[in-house]
Amino acid sequence: MSVLAHVFEAAGIATIVLSSVREMARKTAPPRALHCEFPLGRPLGVPNDPAFQHDVLARAFALLDEPSGPVLVDHPTVIEAEDAAPLACSLPPRFDPSLPPAVDEARGLRKAYDRARERHGVTSVGRVVDADGVPGALAVLHAIAEGADWKEAGIPGGNTTAVCHDIRTYYEEAALELADGPAPGGRAVEDWFFERTEAGRTMLAARAAIRDAGAKFPVWFYMTPGQR
Amino acid sequence: MNGDQAMRAHSATLPGPVFDDPAWVTPKSLSESTVAIVTSAALYVSDDEAFSATDTGYRLIPRERHDLVLGHWSPNFDRAAVALDLNVVYPIDRLEELASQGVIGEVAPRHVSFAGNQPDDVSTIRLDSGPRAAADLRADGVDVVILTPV
Repeated sequence: MSVLAHVFEAAGIATIVLSSVREMARKTAPPRALHCEFPLGRPLGVPNDPAFQHDVLARAFALLDEPSGPVLVDHPTVIEAEDAAPLACSLPPRFDPSLPPAVDEARGLRKAYDRARERHGVTSVGRVVDADGVPGALAVLHAIAEGADWKEAGIPGGNTTAVCHDIRTYYEEAALELADGPAPGGRAVEDWFFERTEAGRTMLAARAAIRDAGAKFPVWFYMTPGQR
Repeated sequence: MNGDQAMRAHSATLPGPVFDDPAWVTPKSLSESTVAIVTSAALYVSDDEAFSATDTGYRLIPRERHDLVLGHWSPNFDRAAVALDLNVVYPIDRLEELASQGVIGEVAPRHVSFAGNQPDDVSTIRLDSGPRAAADLRADGVDVVILTPV
């Protein structure tokens, strides 16, 4: 973002960066930066809070009044990813015990996912599988976790990162439709997926199996957040 | 160390390109300026081309389109934020409100989206796709951009 600020400024457009990594903004020195120590992925800070988002924009636009730069100013509010409420989302009961738990679970979430898609008019699921393909993709990850050769298991699209994106996004879009209460914290939906769902556990187990089978780093590492 | 702290610590170690003699635009009054959003969330309108894992290009987002897909390939941020509230990443409704209040002049007709995961030398966005995106916005009369990172 700081690089793009220099590029756009050189083209004659005034720029303000909402910085998310202060050290990078300091090193790259874009003309005007408002450093926002907010959860990564939330540059405006607080979901569903127009007043807070307007405060961020007002402080950013105020930097246009500076006579010279580079200018690096900190937003006074710090929001840690763990500060807000955890996601409170119940999971469907076991329905078909003959299926792997994650496959059964994914099927049970389908109505919630469909409602979410209807409400938003768009979904970010579909990189290599759509919603219909999510249970089958989880069956493949389950088989890998149980010892199947990952190269022969039929990973959709042959792309571990993409299929994990689709599975996780399907779950997260469904969960936000089911959850009650205030907006979850910056890592709360991720925590729910990896620590509460069968799909999250299956994904972590498949990732470990692919890693232990000697696959190259990019094949397994980007299936989940790095710290997991 | 939580996920955000780990990512910030890692990102702080990446090389930061140095810009000798950086440009500085003295903007006109904000209330007379056309404002665009430039995000690195790899958002794209649902009938546009998806981002590849190593995409150094950009997508244009028409002002009126809110059916945006998250095309970012990194798993290391809050990927649910876009579904929770598009404006926490891409504050298009906030800009519309500021325009209706007269705080900004106009909301740009098109906005820009890149992918945040770029090669470390960032040479393509610096020398090719970045200048092209800037030219597109200049053609639309854009005076100010706000850059929202993901």
